[in-house]
Amino acid sequence: MRRRTMLAAGLGLAVAGLAGAARAEDVIKIGEINSYSLLPAFTEPYRKGWQLAVEEVNAAGGINGKKLVVVSKDDSGKPADAQTAANELVSSENVAMLAGTFLSNIGLAVSDFANQKKVFFLAAEPLTDAITWAKGNKYTFRLRPSNYMQAAMLVEEAAKLPAKRWATIAPNYEYGQSAVAVFKKLLSEKRPDIQWVDEQWPPQGKIDAGPVVQAVAAANPEAILNVTFGADLVKLVREGNTRGLFKDRKVVSFLTGEPEYLDPLKEETPEGWIVTGYPWYSIKTPEHDAFLKAYQAKYNDYPRLGSIVGYQTIKSAAAILAKAGSTDADKLIAAAEGLSVPSPFGEITFRKIDHQSTLGAYVGKTALKDGKGIMVDTVYRKGSDYLPSDEEVGKLRPKD
Amino acid sequence: MAFYFVQFLTGLASAASLFLVASGLSIIFGVTRIVNFAHGAFYMLGAYIAFSLTERLSGALGFWGGIVVAALAVAVIGVIVEIVLLRRIYHAPELFQLLATFGLTLMVEDLVVLIWGPDDLVGRRAPGFKGAVDFFGQNIPSYDLFLIVLGPVVLGALWLLFQRTRWGILVRAATQDRDMVAALGVNQKWLFTSVFAVGVFLAALGGALQIPRDAVHHAMDLRIIVEVFVVVVIGGLGSILGAFVAAVLVSELNAFGILIFPTISLILVFLVMAVVLVIRPWGLFGKKEAPARRTPGLTVIPWRPLTSVERLASVVALALVAMLPFIAGNYALTVGAEIAIFVIFAASLHFLMAVGGLASFGHAAYFGLGAYGVAFLAKMAGLPMIVCILLGPLLGALGAAVFGAFAVQLSGVYFAMLTLAFAQIVWSIAFQWVAVTGGDNGILGLWPEKWAASPSHFYWLALGVSAFVVSVLRLITFSPFGYALRGMRDSPLRSESIGINGKRIQWTAFIIAGTTAGIGGALFAYLKGSVFPDNMGISLSVDALVMVLLGGVETVPGAIFGAIVYKALNIWLVSQTDWSKLVLGIFIVLIVVVFPKGIVGVVESVMQRRRAAAPKAAALSAKMEGAQ
Repeated sequence: MRRRTMLAAGLGLAVAGLAGAARAEDVIKIGEINSYSLLPAFTEPYRKGWQLAVEEVNAAGGINGKKLVVVSKDDSGKPADAQTAANELVSSENVAMLAGTFLSNIGLAVSDFANQKKVFFLAAEPLTDAITWAKGNKYTFRLRPSNYMQAAMLVEEAAKLPAKRWATIAPNYEYGQSAVAVFKKLLSEKRPDIQWVDEQWPPQGKIDAGPVVQAVAAANPEAILNVTFGADLVKLVREGNTRGLFKDRKVVSFLTGEPEYLDPLKEETPEGWIVTGYPWYSIKTPEHDAFLKAYQAKYNDYPRLGSIVGYQTIKSAAAILAKAGSTDADKLIAAAEGLSVPSPFGEITFRKIDHQSTLGAYVGKTALKDGKGIMVDTVYRKGSDYLPSDEEVGKLRPKD
Repeated sequence: MAFYFVQFLTGLASAASLFLVASGLSIIFGVTRIVNFAHGAFYMLGAYIAFSLTERLSGALGFWGGIVVAALAVAVIGVIVEIVLLRRIYHAPELFQLLATFGLTLMVEDLVVLIWGPDDLVGRRAPGFKGAVDFFGQNIPSYDLFLIVLGPVVLGALWLLFQRTRWGILVRAATQDRDMVAALGVNQKWLFTSVFAVGVFLAALGGALQIPRDAVHHAMDLRIIVEVFVVVVIGGLGSILGAFVAAVLVSELNAFGILIFPTISLILVFLVMAVVLVIRPWGLFGKKEAPARRTPGLTVIPWRPLTSVERLASVVALALVAMLPFIAGNYALTVGAEIAIFVIFAASLHFLMAVGGLASFGHAAYFGLGAYGVAFLAKMAGLPMIVCILLGPLLGALGAAVFGAFAVQLSGVYFAMLTLAFAQIVWSIAFQWVAVTGGDNGILGLWPEKWAASPSHFYWLALGVSAFVVSVLRLITFSPFGYALRGMRDSPLRSESIGINGKRIQWTAFIIAGTTAGIGGALFAYLKGSVFPDNMGISLSVDALVMVLLGGVETVPGAIFGAIVYKALNIWLVSQTDWSKLVLGIFIVLIVVVFPKGIVGVVESVMQRRRAAAPKAAALSAKMEGAQ
């Protein structure tokens, strides 16, 4: 991590470079990139998660006796900056692999970089289906359950509802668009009797919630699909509560059960929404108990979903590095394909066919308890049960 | 029917929030001519402080008192900023204050996270306005009704303040003619400070009043700042009634627009602004600005081509920089290539701003069009890299030709805002037209061919093109065309009276700038191997402005140094710290105070003064002063 700043002569070109090429032989480096400055609400718990994982890996003797070091970079929320960071990690820090990213377009940019430079990349959080399917490549793996998987989990519940008239509200960018598209397709397949009566596409981060709520109410749907999150979700919920949009209507909502998005709602939490999320307070498995105890002991704070993702990203990366016994990208890919690793949610497998992990999500209903939003009636849905058949996946993914 | 009426009221409530913030901006701009980029930051601070106060103070009095106290507290911060920072730079070149307020905004964005933490904060609802009113089966939130009343009340109060008080008369006089007010012995300093305080108070109040309906978070400022600028410009700069009408217009069009086109919100305000500015060049209620007394853009030090010694020095410097691949690693070379590309981009904007006197707020559009041009040619037509780099920028040229034809009909901030509108329209096309552009997931796999793939080769390519472009722009600057363009910048009337076809000259300059930006974009696409709508976003346009201003808008080589310093520092800081915005913001503010003419501007002044010590040069500078 030693650096110096070089001032090139002439135009005074200031560039940062790595001083010594002398890399200690007993260290293995992972290069990690995320939107720390743009999305601190998600990435702070995420960072705590991976820091805990690094500690645990090294306490258990490191990777085949070598110490694990994570070099972390901010991408300021821009694909171009993420590539600059990836380049620095690969060229100057000589990392064994890249990991991280949150936003889909940044995940895709880094995955394309990894493909070009032949570097192993473990995408942590991007949800876009493209990263493992339409724009998948052999160097890229992805941890979190994709858009498709989360949609499939929610559709299973949505199909049980009697509602026939549905409206959708989603942020107007790729994530929102593909979430709605997959949800509509899967639900209409299961329930051909369903009508889609309205769709609203507020700009991400800029929802003018009043008119949107009014417009949806005017279409008089029996059920609503929501894909907004963060500050948009807060505004939508507040306007919806005041205007009675959610009264006597079923709502199915992506990600809303994640503490990152549920906790800010406090006493405004709408009850009975069917959501995906992370009910850390009600998961009673030995794996999760161990994680929760370690996390709370270290940080004196409760974990968010980002903590799980950060923790599991580095745990998975360490397992891949340990199995490969090498930092060669091809050997890492061979090691990762089909590898099963323990996680706080139970064992997960990185599929050979599309490099998607089988990490699942919790599905449940929102409820209000002591002025706080929580998830109740939660069930863990395994990722492996919500993916299309191998034959379909083969068609979706370009040949390596 | 009831539905449409309620939708109308909902639109009015949105308009009221927008108007509060916009009116403050309009007042500040009208009097001080500061493009206050930090207005959104004050709005956000108002919300954060109000959140803290209303959480701690209980009861209705605690809530409303908290809102007002928060707005007052932020106004005090505004006064401090004005006295400590802005007063120093009122006499700096036009738009230089934008740089200072941009630096402040960067700082505030990180500071609120440091102080209040990263989580979204949801404040309590307003006491007395928690529920909704039933209107023929439709619910209207009572807080909306409160806002609907508040909007016109604030408008009325401001009207009284400006029409019926002595202070208001002075402010209006200053809005019309600052120099005359000063000549009449009014203390401008305190007038400006008080105006700034009122404007900031309104922004903070607007932010504080969002507590019952929004979440407080660290990106609130960016969400609102561009929109309020647009509203102010649609209404006509300095016109408060105009801001009100524009806010209502925009909000109502949005409220009803989404019923037919649910995706319209993304672009609506910019469409409205483009239409309004094309039809009414000074906004709905704006008046044509009186011709400025001080010739705008008059350079303190006259421009001249390089002497042969300087030319030699430049070639030597270029040769030295070209040696980088022999001493630096791959990462440094890729960063070097990126900086070289941004030199092209900044130089192209500088040509438009400094030589043409046309400050574009949407220059990234042409950079991005160049990048997309390359992506289309390479991905769809499968053309080789060299052909793509040659032809790709033509898309930038085409965009500049079309939009430039409309934009050059305007001048000053109206010109800037129309370019911004066009840039946002282009951006939204790239963002929305998923089938062709891939939407925000972009176009991937655009890597250079073998001959340029190695970092050193690409570095030389970028450096070579950059040197070529900068030289050509310099040649144009000192060609008869460049003189005509500067003539139009300094005095449109005189230029046209000697037979210069001014608009045509400016249009040509716009196309030249757009094309060169496109060249930068084409190289950038290959450097990154991908193209995203980000490549034409507002933040990139702002980056370009900052580079030009940082280097010195009144100098010829300013953009080059501005681009190198800003880009290198930015890349380095992002790599070193998560608080890069805070550090960069502090740096920019310091630069503004220490180098009020930009880095190169101040260096040139110092050199000029030294030369003036020699008798021969003294004669020259005396002549120059005479010319002024």
